Amino acid sequence: MSPSKIGGIWQTVQELATEFYTAPYRGTIARAKRDEDDLFMLFIFSEMMGVPNPATYYTLELQPILMEQFHEWHTRMGMEHSPLDHFKCC
Amino acid sequence: MSAIYLAVIGLAAFAIGYFFYSKFIAERIYRLDPDFQTPSHAMEDGVDYVPTNKFVLWGHHFTSVAGAAPIIGPAIAVIWGWAPAFLWVVFGTIFFAGMHDFGAIWASVRNKARSIGALTEDVVGHRARSLFMIVIFLLLLMVNAVFATAIAKLFINFPSSVFPAWSAIAVAVVIGYLIYRKGVGLLWPSIIGVVILYVNVYLGDSMPISLSDGTFGLAANAQWILLLFFYAAIASLLPVWLLLQPRDYINGLQLFVGLGLMYCAVIFLSPTVVAPAFNENVPDGTPPLIPLLFVTIACGAVSGFHGLVSSGTTSKQLAKETDARFVGYFGAVGEGALALAAIIATTAGFATLAEWEGLYNKFGGGSLTAFVNGGANIVHGGLGLPLDFSTTLLTVMAILFAGTTMDTGVRLQRYIIQEWGNIYSIPPLTNNYVSTFIAIAACLGLAFGAGGASGAGGLTIWPLFGTTNQLLAGLTLLVVSVMLVKLSRPVWYTLVPLTFLLSMTILALLFQLWEFYAQGKWFLLFLDIVILVAAILVALEAVSAFMREKAKAAQASGPAV
Repeated sequence: MSPSKIGGIWQTVQELATEFYTAPYRGTIARAKRDEDDLFMLFIFSEMMGVPNPATYYTLELQPILMEQFHEWHTRMGMEHSPLDHFKCC
Repeated sequence: MSAIYLAVIGLAAFAIGYFFYSKFIAERIYRLDPDFQTPSHAMEDGVDYVPTNKFVLWGHHFTSVAGAAPIIGPAIAVIWGWAPAFLWVVFGTIFFAGMHDFGAIWASVRNKARSIGALTEDVVGHRARSLFMIVIFLLLLMVNAVFATAIAKLFINFPSSVFPAWSAIAVAVVIGYLIYRKGVGLLWPSIIGVVILYVNVYLGDSMPISLSDGTFGLAANAQWILLLFFYAAIASLLPVWLLLQPRDYINGLQLFVGLGLMYCAVIFLSPTVVAPAFNENVPDGTPPLIPLLFVTIACGAVSGFHGLVSSGTTSKQLAKETDARFVGYFGAVGEGALALAAIIATTAGFATLAEWEGLYNKFGGGSLTAFVNGGANIVHGGLGLPLDFSTTLLTVMAILFAGTTMDTGVRLQRYIIQEWGNIYSIPPLTNNYVSTFIAIAACLGLAFGAGGASGAGGLTIWPLFGTTNQLLAGLTLLVVSVMLVKLSRPVWYTLVPLTFLLSMTILALLFQLWEFYAQGKWFLLFLDIVILVAAILVALEAVSAFMREKAKAAQASGPAV
């Protein structure tokens, strides 16, 4: 058996094992990550919603980056439209 | 008679069941369509709905459904002799479990991968859904109480297993940490982790650990039960990547290693079955074979718990509808093979009939201890591993299977309590700590309520656990049957198992009701009544759903006016 063939088999075993490891908990972990991301989102936009946040000065530059997820976030939080009067996304 | 015959006949029957019966079911009854767009494609989100390779999916479907239960059930049931347990496991797997697990996946896939609980509401009715939640909660309650009792008993009978079993937790946490926090590839940590686990099994023999009776005024058994629930509470609150995920993975590997070891050892050793085919000489207090056999062996013959796994996670990841046959039916076959290994270990792993009768001296007596002793004798004789090492190895495997089920069980109970908190607007119930505390308190109440202050008699609720499990299987079969009626397809293949299961469950509950009353076990009597009421309601729901669907079908095919 050539070394490249052994390498290929090794690669397949590794992929199958990884899939076997991750697949059952993929959903749970993705949901936990989303919960953390949601909290982070709240920190970034908290000042705009009237919640004082001393870190706003430092997190301001993150707002444009997270803007893309803003719509998805507020709909998931149960708000059909943007909660901010001066900040509409839909 | 050599145990090889049991292994060969059993495995051959499973193979025939898979190649012929499941093919017939797939083509004629469920009529699987390779072009049907499964929810994993239609609703693919990279989180829950992910098309998955069928072998990988079978791997975790099988490892999720197989655990300590298909070992404990047969290990108790061989008290009636090997033949009844063997026949029920073989025929149960082929005609009941395969059909049930396969059917649950099919029903779910055809309904946007909804869980059997949600489907019960859609297909049968709202009342059935509420029943479903209660039955699941009772099932989890009992499985946690029974498994804690069983593990405590193993710790006491085999003190050498204490160190390796607890060290497995540390091994799992290190693997989880390395993979998620350090980004190390999976293969090396898992290989090294499994090797460390086996080294610990070897070390365990030289460092047996026993708790002494009387600490805090408690028997050693009671102390272990408390410690186990303390562990389960913490484990169920930890992030899954840290403990549960690596533990499940290691256990999955153990399951394949354990099955391989047992069957190889049986082939090399060809042990003689010392237990009688039908035990004429059962100890006093053993309940009658019919109906108790059919609830004592639930997992391994047919188990409602599989329906939860099939419809909860497996159906969301099924890449092609035709894969359901391999994943569902062959998953049930895998579990049947584990139950068969347990029957062989507990009937052929002893030198003499007297030795076997010594362990099976009361109902619930042999159980996991018989499995470990018998299995270790076979592995020692067949593969030449040292007897002490084999004993500790099998004990640790049994403990790991049961332990993982416990922390998953407590986690699921917490979810149910939190859901009740949401439904009935009781905010404290939605708190993680409060709900976990309630779950643990209920389990402890059951373990000690059933087993006395020492918790030693917790296994007396095993048949009650079996009845609840069969009731759940009945609900799933009901959903599948009603769907088949709606599609005007033959319904006998699910209706016969459903009727059989419900009648055996109700008979077993009535028998136990009388027994608990006679023995003055009021706590268990109460539990029995709750389950009996649920069983009767399921039966009534089944009849009413069928009448309704039949009437609808008759109306649809009647002459137009």
